[in-house]
Amino acid sequence: MSQISKLMIPLFVLFVIFYGLKKKIVIYDVFLEGAKEGLVTVFNIFPSIIAMVFAINIFLNSNILDFLFQFLNPLLSILNIPLNILPMALIRPISGTASLAIMNDIFIKYGPDSLSGRIASVLQGCTDTTIYVLALYFGSIKISKTRHALSTGLFADFIGILASFLIVNFFFS
Amino acid sequence: MINKLWGFFIIIGISFTILVGNLDGLNDTILTSTKSGVDMVLELIPIIILWSGLMKIAESSGLLEQISKIFHPLLSKLFPSLKKNSKALGYITSNIAANALGLGSAATPFGLKAMECMQNENDNKKVASDAMITFLVLNTSGVTIIPTTVIALRLMHKSANPEEIIIPAILATICSSIAGLSLDYIRRRKRK
Repeated sequence: MSQISKLMIPLFVLFVIFYGLKKKIVIYDVFLEGAKEGLVTVFNIFPSIIAMVFAINIFLNSNILDFLFQFLNPLLSILNIPLNILPMALIRPISGTASLAIMNDIFIKYGPDSLSGRIASVLQGCTDTTIYVLALYFGSIKISKTRHALSTGLFADFIGILASFLIVNFFFS
Repeated sequence: MINKLWGFFIIIGISFTILVGNLDGLNDTILTSTKSGVDMVLELIPIIILWSGLMKIAESSGLLEQISKIFHPLLSKLFPSLKKNSKALGYITSNIAANALGLGSAATPFGLKAMECMQNENDNKKVASDAMITFLVLNTSGVTIIPTTVIALRLMHKSANPEEIIIPAILATICSSIAGLSLDYIRRRKRK
């Protein structure tokens, strides 16, 4: 399985370049054009990442979560899940940068190849900022009654979180 | 929402740390913690630039469009309420394809266009239509094939196998998408 994972990126790059050449695109120039746009993206997300890392660090380092969820600790430590997965799962639907900041914190504390590091990675990859996307998309066409959109979206996220945990345990145990 | 959340983290964090009396740690956190944010951005800069460049090639060469076409028959079954050859379906497939390739910034304009088209076919302009909900459930369950930012951060923190999470992430995405779409289907049926 990990061999397939390792082949994904090289094959994808190969395919994109090959297809571009086949369609007679000036791939080098187009690449530079896109890279420039990427630079603008980085420039735009830089301040928000700093802002979120700042707030998340103050919050996590205060140890308030350990204080509030002490009763969950025995259960979580049996399952080898750090408490930080909990806020990450809760914040993921609202802010992508905030959950990225928490994931970074988990990597620093436990390492990316720890069980929790892997769960965090899969979690970040398999869910999206549901609440933010709904607000943006419905807001753009002035829909005020969203019916079962939010609850269904959050249900999918919840299953994603559950699946991340189960799949990581299955793959890497 | 983010506004309140951000303030909430800082207020709760600072108040609680003062309450338990860890003032040295608090000053440390406030003054130096953003460094890890800078490290994070520095690590992300090359991969975002590289990926944006590659994706521009995928877009200009029509590869994105080809991938959209593959998704088309499957997706049209998921949206029975949309008219055949509805423009919305084209934008939906482009949005999902762009999202799948990790092209978030290119996906959003397609998504907004799709919403606009579905609104034109919508009877009650204040209430979300079935198609809109199905689209957003599919969109937010996060169909990402290669999560580049996650891989870049894993690499930065010296993971032995940064890409090993690709297949697990795809499997988890499939689970959440199927779960979301099924619940949406059930709830749609119930109303009729």
